[in-house]
Amino acid sequence: MTITSQKISPAERLVSLFEQSRGTLNEGSSPLLNRMREVSMKRFAQAGIPDFKTEDYKYTNLNTALAKSYKQELVRENGVIDLNVVFERHIPQLDTHLVFLVNGWFYKGNKPESGLPKGIVLDSLEQVANQKPALIQDFLNRQAALSNDPFVALNTAFAKDGFFLYVPKGVALEKPVQIINLLSSDENLMVTQRNLIVAESAAQAKVLVCDYTLTSSSFLYNSVTEVFADEDSLVDVYTIQNQNNQTTAINSTFIKQERNSVLNTGAFSLHTGLVRNNLKIVMNGDHAEASALGISLTDKKQHVDNFVLINHDKPNCTSNQLFKNILDDDSTGAFAGRIHVARDAQQTNAFQRNNNVLLSDKSRMQTKPQLIIDADDVKCSHGATVGQIDEDALFFLRARGIGEKEARTMLMNAFAHEVIQKVSIEPLRERLSELIEKRMNGEIAKGHEQ
Amino acid sequence: MLSIKNLRASVEGKEILKGINLEIKAGEVHAIMGPNGSGKSTLANVLAGREDYEILSGEVTYMGQDLLELSPEDRSRSGLFLSFQYPVEIPGVPMVNFIKTAVNEHRKFKGLEPLTAGEFLKLMRAKKDMLHLDTELTNRSVNEGFSGGEKKKNEIFQMAMLEPKLAILDETDSGLDIDALRIVAEGVNALKTPENATIVVTHYQRLLDYIVPDFVHVLYKGRIVKSGGKELALELEEKGYDWIKNGEN
Ligand SMILES: Nc1ncnc2c1ncn2[C@@H]1O[C@H](COP(=O)(O)OP(=O)(O)OP(=O)(O)O)[C@@H](O)[C@H]1O
Ligand SMILES: [Mg+2]
Repeated sequence: MTITSQKISPAERLVSLFEQSRGTLNEGSSPLLNRMREVSMKRFAQAGIPDFKTEDYKYTNLNTALAKSYKQELVRENGVIDLNVVFERHIPQLDTHLVFLVNGWFYKGNKPESGLPKGIVLDSLEQVANQKPALIQDFLNRQAALSNDPFVALNTAFAKDGFFLYVPKGVALEKPVQIINLLSSDENLMVTQRNLIVAESAAQAKVLVCDYTLTSSSFLYNSVTEVFADEDSLVDVYTIQNQNNQTTAINSTFIKQERNSVLNTGAFSLHTGLVRNNLKIVMNGDHAEASALGISLTDKKQHVDNFVLINHDKPNCTSNQLFKNILDDDSTGAFAGRIHVARDAQQTNAFQRNNNVLLSDKSRMQTKPQLIIDADDVKCSHGATVGQIDEDALFFLRARGIGEKEARTMLMNAFAHEVIQKVSIEPLRERLSELIEKRMNGEIAKGHEQ
Repeated sequence: MLSIKNLRASVEGKEILKGINLEIKAGEVHAIMGPNGSGKSTLANVLAGREDYEILSGEVTYMGQDLLELSPEDRSRSGLFLSFQYPVEIPGVPMVNFIKTAVNEHRKFKGLEPLTAGEFLKLMRAKKDMLHLDTELTNRSVNEGFSGGEKKKNEIFQMAMLEPKLAILDETDSGLDIDALRIVAEGVNALKTPENATIVVTHYQRLLDYIVPDFVHVLYKGRIVKSGGKELALELEEKGYDWIKNGEN
């Protein structure tokens, strides 16, 4: 690194990178994506990279990760995926419509159209933006543009591809769609990915997103997903994160729900470096229901921050949040959950809970549940606990002949079980239990040691 | 089988056991009685390997081994069983997984193959029948939402599954209704062989009508202050503990 580049701040470097690569960014990309770049980059430059002085990023410092230099793949690279290697990575094998993305790009070898019910689109966002812009123009960036998170602006400035799922009116997608996001590079790599899910009225879709790293490089993964759930629709979006310790992942999910829609989400962080999950749900119609789940298992110096915001804008809606962290070694975690009940949102039910177990003296958890209620006829609750493993239960199991390590794993599984049993995709529940067990006995970590 | 010599133990700096001496041979049943807070559960927990207690002095030999050197799991695998006075609820750990893991850990320790699913279910059914245990209970998480009596029955069910050499029953009778008491006692008696031994901690003669002790010991302020045959329990039932306490002062 030269002396001059050391003086440049990470934010400035991203700005100059944007300026240098403007041409490449716009090349081959739809005006729908390109027209948002400049203004978004300006917003990012103005805001800068948040640090501990920024209330919403108080417990997650991204400056160290952003100070590293990263390569970007601004044009699609046509590699071939070795599926055998991929499936060694503890990816849940389920009966799904499977597609891959590599470094943020929708993989050319995907054949999603086979087996999908008629009318459903599961494709590259870049491709759809170019060829069928009418499908996405009313949705793309409609929620993300309202965010003042600088990483969302950064995403909009750099995004060229991601996945797009469209389920037309009244169509039910029985099998889950499984999106496998692979990060693979021999050099440090920054990946920007933009996804969009549109479920029309009474449509049904289950989406399982699996985020994996295949190499041990440092990745900076910035992903934004917008979800539109129209009236009476039913949408599930679950994410499993299994990435190496050098990965920094910022995932922002924006969900807008209309009347009578049901939305289930879950963020399962099994292994990673530093993760920030932003989830914002806006209930824009009455009688909508949302469930937001999360399990984070951290050790070494890992960090997972779940930042959840649920806006009850309309009456008679229900939301449930249940997040649990299990922290070992020097790992840290944060949870912030804000429920906002608007003045007219009477008969709101909004519940939130965050339970955490510290397995070591040095692990730390910051939890901040928050209720802002402007209506008077509501049922809301929130609660948070940070505790240790139940020593009485541990002794009980050991006193029956179960070894200490196995007993601990059983208890941690039991702790996670409450969350897992709320997952709406049944076969995924079992897979998650297995993965958590593998995580607890070190098999998942071994997968990243090559 | 078990030999306790001058055992002293403390918790949080407070000495609870102040020199316990006890000899138990195969085939024997010993009852331990004594007022609340005298240290009965502490003794049971120390024998099972609970780490909250500090051993100040003394030695415990179990089947030729230094018991205090063993981990709780190895004590269990070597045939020591504690039926807890207050069995803990463990939501999210299914009864079946738990007991299957325990049984197979015991088998592994003995160098035996794990039971097949079929063999395990057969064994479980037999033991459940013996104790008239409701099937619904084994479909739940360990003790979750069990009534007080159901928890105690569940302890004896686990004992039946693990077939210990030395069973310590800490107030297993409290919380049981009359029928359950009889069933549990019959279960304990059915598991008795000339090779194993039982320590029964209880406040009531009623249980001892069913599980007849060879010896009765009175634990008071961390010491065994009186030992006798089964008639000592009857005497205590009649007179209470005062005459012993006074005698000791
Ligand atoms: N973990 C602990 N921390 C503090 N004190 C303890 C602890 N465990 C036991 N004790 C104390 O040790 C003493 C003996 O308790 P223990 O439970 O052994 O009595 P017990 O004879 O079993 O009584 P009970 O008949 O009521 O069951 C009591 O005074 C109790 O408060
Ligand atoms: Mg007691």
